[in-house]
Amino acid sequence: MTLLYRVLPYPSLSLILWFTWMLLSGFTAGHAVLGAILAVLLPLGTRPFWPNVPRIRNLPRLLGFVVVVLYDIVVANVSVAIKVLGPLRSIRPGFVELPLELEDDFAIALLASTVSLTPGTVSADVSPDRKTLLVHALDVDDAAALVAEIKQRYERPLKEIFEC
Amino acid sequence: MDSLIEWLVSASVIIGGVFALVGSIGLARLPDFYTRLHGPTKATTLGVGGTIVASLLFFSWQERGLQLHEVLITLFLFITAPVSAHMLAKAAMHRQLKRMKGTRGEPWKQ
Repeated sequence: MTLLYRVLPYPSLSLILWFTWMLLSGFTAGHAVLGAILAVLLPLGTRPFWPNVPRIRNLPRLLGFVVVVLYDIVVANVSVAIKVLGPLRSIRPGFVELPLELEDDFAIALLASTVSLTPGTVSADVSPDRKTLLVHALDVDDAAALVAEIKQRYERPLKEIFEC
Repeated sequence: MDSLIEWLVSASVIIGGVFALVGSIGLARLPDFYTRLHGPTKATTLGVGGTIVASLLFFSWQERGLQLHEVLITLFLFITAPVSAHMLAKAAMHRQLKRMKGTRGEPWKQ
């Protein structure tokens, strides 16, 4: 167990690296071996850079989360496109502070990335104590409603996925 | 069948192109740095997304097999785009750039 841990500290990362290599270079025996060597060496070499990545506790919830985010990206893209092309005087941008319930750095990073990927909002900063996320919104009518929506749509599923 | 694929590919290319164009228009039109930040982050999601779906369909059809390179492009973009947007926003707050009139809330001191 300890030997296996020493060679493969992050088995899922190694698997993802190997699969990425195979997708990039084609499924042949030679690339399978080369990919496997890289999948072992790269995590070992970059180990100091990896924080304690939490385990995924709820896989179906993660898949559901991905679907919700993709759907939101499409819908929100259209609404942002309309705002960008319409009269600019009617948009009201604003900085909104989002109190964080997530405690894990990795989960917070995922939430911040999700907020940035969904159009209309960009995560701008995290407070040093990791309790607040600063979000810039392109057009915000009701800051409290925006916070509630982000918390309910993205933060709660992430909390359930990582149980943190 | 051929013409159905052609229609789907064309539609995806056009949708992707339109959103990339809207992202660029946003970059040119929006009044301050923070609002302009929203333009490119949008173009990378649906603009590139549409182009990638078109490429996936076209090459899967041509080579008679599923091509998945494009899925990797999407994955890498989704990982890197929010990070660069975040760094840009932080840098803007650090330089205390001007905000558009009527912006609510305050950026944080860096």
